[in-house]
Amino acid sequence: MSRYFTEDHEWIQVDGEVATVGITDYAQSQLGDIVFVETPEAGKTVSKGDDAAVVESVKAASDVYAPVAGTVIEGNAALADNPALVNEDPEGEGWFFKLTLADAGEVSSLMDEAAYKDFVSKL
Amino acid sequence: MRYLPLTQSDRQAMLATIGAKSVDDLFVDVPAAAQLDGPIHGLPLHASELAVERHMSALAKKNLAAGDVPFFLGAGAYRHHVPASVDHIIQRGEFLTAYTPYQPEIAQGTLQVMFEFQTQVARLLGCDVANASMYDGSTACWEAIVMARRVTKRGKAILSGGLHPHYVSVANTMAKFTGDQLVTSLPTFSPEPDTLDLINQIDDDTSCVVVQYPDILGRIEDMSALAEACRAKKALLIAVVTEPVALGAIKSPGEMGADIVVGEGQSIGVGLQFGGPYVGLFACSDKLVRQMPGRLCGETVDAEGKRGFVLTLSTREQHIRREKATSNICTSSVLCALAMSAHMTLLGEAGLRRLAEINHVAASAAADRLAEVDGVELVTDRFFNEFTLKLSKEARPVVRALADKGILAGVSLGRLYPGAAELQNGLIVAVTETTTEEDVETLASALEEALA
Amino acid sequence: MSNINQSGWRPTTPQAGEASGGTFTGNRALMLEEPLIFEIGSTETTGVDFGEAPSGKSRLGGLERSRTIGLPGLSEPEAVRHYTRLSRQNYAIDLGLFPLGSCTMKHNPRLNERMARLPGFADLHPLTPVDACQGAFEVIHQLAHWLVTLTGMHSVAMSPKAGAHGELCGVLAIRAALDAKGQQARKVLLVPESAHGTNPATAAFAGFSVEDIPATEAGRVNLEALKARLGPDVAGVMITNPNTCGLFEPDMREISEAVHAAGGFVYCDGANFNAIVGRVRPGDLGIDAMHINLHKTFSTPHGGGGPGSGPVVFSEALTPYAPLPFVEKQGEQFVLVEEETAGEHHASSFGRMVAFHGQMGMFTRALTYILSHGADGLRQVAEDSVLNANYILRSMEDVLDAPFAKSGPCMHEAIFSDKGLPEGFSTIDVAKGLIDEGFHPMTVYFPLVVHGAMLVEPTETESKATLDQFIGAFRSVAARARNGDPTVKTAPHHAPRRRLDETLAARKPVLVWKAPVRAEAAE
Repeated sequence: MSRYFTEDHEWIQVDGEVATVGITDYAQSQLGDIVFVETPEAGKTVSKGDDAAVVESVKAASDVYAPVAGTVIEGNAALADNPALVNEDPEGEGWFFKLTLADAGEVSSLMDEAAYKDFVSKL
Repeated sequence: MRYLPLTQSDRQAMLATIGAKSVDDLFVDVPAAAQLDGPIHGLPLHASELAVERHMSALAKKNLAAGDVPFFLGAGAYRHHVPASVDHIIQRGEFLTAYTPYQPEIAQGTLQVMFEFQTQVARLLGCDVANASMYDGSTACWEAIVMARRVTKRGKAILSGGLHPHYVSVANTMAKFTGDQLVTSLPTFSPEPDTLDLINQIDDDTSCVVVQYPDILGRIEDMSALAEACRAKKALLIAVVTEPVALGAIKSPGEMGADIVVGEGQSIGVGLQFGGPYVGLFACSDKLVRQMPGRLCGETVDAEGKRGFVLTLSTREQHIRREKATSNICTSSVLCALAMSAHMTLLGEAGLRRLAEINHVAASAAADRLAEVDGVELVTDRFFNEFTLKLSKEARPVVRALADKGILAGVSLGRLYPGAAELQNGLIVAVTETTTEEDVETLASALEEALA
Repeated sequence: MSNINQSGWRPTTPQAGEASGGTFTGNRALMLEEPLIFEIGSTETTGVDFGEAPSGKSRLGGLERSRTIGLPGLSEPEAVRHYTRLSRQNYAIDLGLFPLGSCTMKHNPRLNERMARLPGFADLHPLTPVDACQGAFEVIHQLAHWLVTLTGMHSVAMSPKAGAHGELCGVLAIRAALDAKGQQARKVLLVPESAHGTNPATAAFAGFSVEDIPATEAGRVNLEALKARLGPDVAGVMITNPNTCGLFEPDMREISEAVHAAGGFVYCDGANFNAIVGRVRPGDLGIDAMHINLHKTFSTPHGGGGPGSGPVVFSEALTPYAPLPFVEKQGEQFVLVEEETAGEHHASSFGRMVAFHGQMGMFTRALTYILSHGADGLRQVAEDSVLNANYILRSMEDVLDAPFAKSGPCMHEAIFSDKGLPEGFSTIDVAKGLIDEGFHPMTVYFPLVVHGAMLVEPTETESKATLDQFIGAFRSVAARARNGDPTVKTAPHHAPRRRLDETLAARKPVLVWKAPVRAEAAE
């Protein structure tokens, strides 16, 4: 199991064929209190970089991109009632959606945790 | 100049602080060629209050005000008595000269009014929620069609022939650019609206059906079957109300199953004003609220736990979503919404029901009286305060001739549908609590003369 | 993710402040709490007297509304008091300086109100036969003449209902003009990064795609970048001038020429026209369309968020495509050109945008204001508004970061940033601190190109004494924020409400009042 990061502040955790996607702790801290999350429907196919989800604070709305290509298995239903999960546990319970990877090799182009930390420290 | 507080010595002192020799130094970024060297030629110079008042009053006197003559015009704008306190309230400087409530701690007045307005409108239209107002009924109607497209992801809207022709025209204009497909038709001199035709046209591509209630000819009909037919095809039913006073007497569109109810709130509290500013109403069910355009006010608490109100769900709006916003609208019509809300508060349910009853009874009696005139046929048999007559000759010249005699007889269908030969004899007549029996008699005898 | 929260506004649940000394009523002397009408009114109460409805035939055909609507009523004294109490919880231009940048909160003359209420205007039906409303058409015609002359343009569409609606009108005319030339492929509108959010929203609503034009270090449109992007897919540009940083675009003529040479049109957002009215004519800068916010430059009241009014002036090239209806003078007669009469002469019009004729009530107010000022007074308006803004800029630049102050004077608004405020302090705190000082805050976190932006537009209707007091207060609050004074973080302390929990409002939206469930009902 390994975790990768994008320059657009998504994380993706790969577990065999299935990957889980969310936004990073840095991203949630930049947004402030999250008030609404729109997750994709199961069955939706996405290419790398497609708009896949929406996350909103009171004053900002951002599209969350698909870090890699794949087919959505499920969105995190818990976020509908409790979007605060994204603030409380962004890289755990506050995940956005799960997908099956179209190309398992695609994640290798992303950053690992150390590289992302370094990336954020320079922002 | 009475609106400019700076004195010449103030200006000199301020320029010194800035470090500029003259005000021209502050316009250095403007290319010299684009700068004017003095007041624009050919335009008058400043004038006293008295002089301006004279000028404007002279222009106002060239118009035939509704209150000065027997008056029967409606067709989307209605004359009702507005209590004196409504105008007093909207002229409170704290309402009149405030901006959009971006700083809620010092805008609770406007925000609470919005919240009360949203609740009143939702209840009046029979929906779960309403927004804090739109520009007017015609633009609210188009916004509802766009919203239905967003919700259903389909692009065909079916518009009833009973929808106000200006509203149809606005939708046609916009659809040309957005690629929405609109199915439109003209009204006919039938006592029944075109509900059955509409039901037959709904298909799997239909995003919504738009009906007006009461419709442009004044007709009212139960829309439950239409709502059912829409639901069966997963299309939305949009109801348009241009005379909200009617909803003190007749069932609301929401009660009959409309998914989105929009309307023109002008007839309650706002006044005629030659067509604007008016106040667009927009209401829908809870589940559609995130697709709704326009401003919304919501309840919350402050840091001490006290109830307060804020603008909310603003991520739908243009200033945050930019090109992904639900609409480009960033102004509502809050002062007109205040006028409507205050008038509704003064009326209360009991007052609104009484007002509606008086309107209906007066209109019904007027319809009977006018139908007695030779050459006049009453087209509508079920209506609220507005009905359509079919005259024995073209109505438009009759309306003009009567206006010359100081009678505003109604709105001719020729004015609204200039190209439709079959409608040219139609005359829409509105009767409200401001219409007297004497007015009706005057109109009846004038029509008798004109049609003889 | 797409760019995360560029503005830097990071909302969090407000901190609890210190307990205030409570009173029995919750009132604080003249600061009176007011319940909702649903809590104090009843459906039986009315503040309007009617006679008995005469009995007569019902023609409602079985559609009678039988269920309770739920509309509470108040008697007249209760209603007047309700709304008067609510009004006192609002800040307003009548109370003091309201320096919201890009909003032009100037004094609203009361003569405007009186003129709009003349029965010949206020009690006039929009479908009155045209011979019986010549005075109304004359108002529209006179105002149109002023707007066209002040802007140096060719024509004006009066019907748009507000600024954003005017923008829509302008871009639709551009679309129609391009379509008429067979240039459907021009689908891109270029919009500067600093643009108001309505610009991209409007462009998208009209079916255009939007691309950003970068800004220069000096806060202006990057002319070279713009030129490089022009091409056969570009429909035009939407530029705000003076721009949202409060700066004049000195290259405006070059921009227009380049866009025209590349086959596009120039839309100008006229929100900031107040800075140049009577001194600069947009028509001389090569602009093809510009909306004018009558509620900004021409003093019609904002009313707590509308109604606005957004007439659009057009160049000769776009005039044929302008919307219906409009008023034309034929001999001594004013005629209404609408669908019926557009005929061959106006066959290219893109159509109708609103029912009736637009915001007549705002036209009477704006014309009243314009006649009051005259050509000389309007020029003075621009000069004093620019003078007032520069006075604030130069009086503040030593205590707040002013990102463009070095590049020269500003126009009618001065911009500052949150740079230099200590960790944990942001623009919002300075704004809330100003509330306690008795001022409405400036525009905050806009434009997005300046981090933690504070955009201050004093307008010309403020005296030097008021400006001096504001500057004193602004400096004091800025200094407290710089010094990390924690009481700034919990401001306002003296407003009708402390900071409000916007997160709660958005997470669990309560948009209409619902009767509380009564516990005793179970007994």
